[in-house]
Amino acid sequence: MLELVNVSKTFSGADGAVEAVKNVSLKIEKGDIFGIIGLSGAGKSTLVRCLNLLERPTGGKVLFKGVDLTTLSKKELLRTRRSISMIFQGFNLLEQRTALKNVCFPLEIAGVSKSKAKKRAAELLEIVGLSDRAGAYPSQLSGGQKQRVAIARALASDPEVLLCDEATSALDPNTTASILSLLAEINKTMGVTIVVITHEMKVVEQICNKVAVLDNGVVVETGEVREVFVSPKSETARNLILPGAKAAEFSSGGRVIRIVFDGHSSFEPVVSNLSLDCRTAVNILGADTKNIGGKAFGQMLLQLPNDSTASERVLRWLSDRGIPYDEEVKTDA
Amino acid sequence: MLSSGMINELIKGIFETLYMTVTSTAIAYVFGIPMGIVLYITDKNGICRNRPVNMILGFIVNVLRSVPFLILLVAILPFTRLVVGTTIGSTAAIVPLVVAAAPFVARMVESSLKEVSGGLIEAAQSMGASPMQIIMKVLLPEARPSLLVGFAIAITTILGYSAMAGFVGGGGLGAIAINYGYYRYNNRVMLITVLLLVIIVQILQEVGMRVATRTDNRIKN
Repeated sequence: MLELVNVSKTFSGADGAVEAVKNVSLKIEKGDIFGIIGLSGAGKSTLVRCLNLLERPTGGKVLFKGVDLTTLSKKELLRTRRSISMIFQGFNLLEQRTALKNVCFPLEIAGVSKSKAKKRAAELLEIVGLSDRAGAYPSQLSGGQKQRVAIARALASDPEVLLCDEATSALDPNTTASILSLLAEINKTMGVTIVVITHEMKVVEQICNKVAVLDNGVVVETGEVREVFVSPKSETARNLILPGAKAAEFSSGGRVIRIVFDGHSSFEPVVSNLSLDCRTAVNILGADTKNIGGKAFGQMLLQLPNDSTASERVLRWLSDRGIPYDEEVKTDA
Repeated sequence: MLSSGMINELIKGIFETLYMTVTSTAIAYVFGIPMGIVLYITDKNGICRNRPVNMILGFIVNVLRSVPFLILLVAILPFTRLVVGTTIGSTAAIVPLVVAAAPFVARMVESSLKEVSGGLIEAAQSMGASPMQIIMKVLLPEARPSLLVGFAIAITTILGYSAMAGFVGGGGLGAIAINYGYYRYNNRVMLITVLLLVIIVQILQEVGMRVATRTDNRIKN
């Protein structure tokens, strides 16, 4: 559906060139809810703007349904953009237009007649649950309502892809959850492929099936959300999944391991059993449980005893029970 | 207090002043809006970046704005004659007024457009809007309140200029103030004309600001 091939974007500024995106290749399939996660400054926003060429890549190809967008004429590009909608962190609604008129906007651009546009806009406001606010101006709407209008507006041109640039970052947790479930529903019922840019792991967990982890303009890890979550290979992914990992670096003493619970073991008292069976104490540095695709997944950072025989015993105990673990490499300062 | 002839003079003056002001403002906007738009969109972060166009137009605007109005008035007399066939009277005054006001209006329009959030332009671009559609459907409507405030400032400024046009036979209240008040030491006439100008400025300014606020949908509650 949408594919980036070796895409790079370099900004030339006053103090030298900045490589915001470096040689990124990604494949987004039809029907995906694809998460692109990274810390601020990782190049996420630039990367997503390369997908609809709001930023023209300085290298590489952007393929939409097999067509390289960078080779299109201006006119063809404008037409193609109607199939790739976008919503934003700041909503970007026209402040002087009502909710209904905002949703009409992309239809006006596409040359749809006024009465047809109005009818379609009303239907879309219905879908996002805002029919009763059709005549309200953005200043009269809450953040969540504004984003719903923005979603309705983005859907007006019957897009095949919806790009969400930190669409929930300005919203409170409850509103975030409701916006995310609206997006998931749109993906399911309307078959719209969704690309979600975020710095929050919980956004990825809640709706994405695939994820790419972006660090410093480079994709350091990509795959199914479950895979990446259970065995994160990159430092960035580990930090995003369980931010407690940093604490491990500063703890003195024994080795630190990260254990991952799958759907079954998270309901067993693993640590208690471990302590009882191995007759040793472990220090819990951090823990978190998440619901991914309806299954509970837990992560825990454990500090093993200083005694090497005891710690070996713990590791053997975990292997015997098929509980995966990774040793956290301490970067000594 | 005043002779009926004087009162008639003043009434005629008011109409001449309004005629000059309104007509010049309207024509200044006809030129100023496109100029302001071009200045904005060809700027280095604009939607149609074009450094040469931006620099040349910016230079012309700055030059015209830095020439004192009275000098401009006299300097372009041949041009005025070419356009309206005469250099005296209210209609003749409109030419230098437009030449002086259009660059001013262009800068006002440019600064109003700059207030429109870049995110809105980006959103429109992401929907496949052409530059023309962005100008007509995003920039101008979203900048409307600020454009109206600018309009109130522009029309009152042009009113002030129009009084100066009285010096070179431009007619209007300015001419009355100079001919009766200044040259004939008639302080009463001088005061009355000034007072009338103050009242007209107040009305224009107040109406402009009110319309701007009333029609701004960002402050509806």
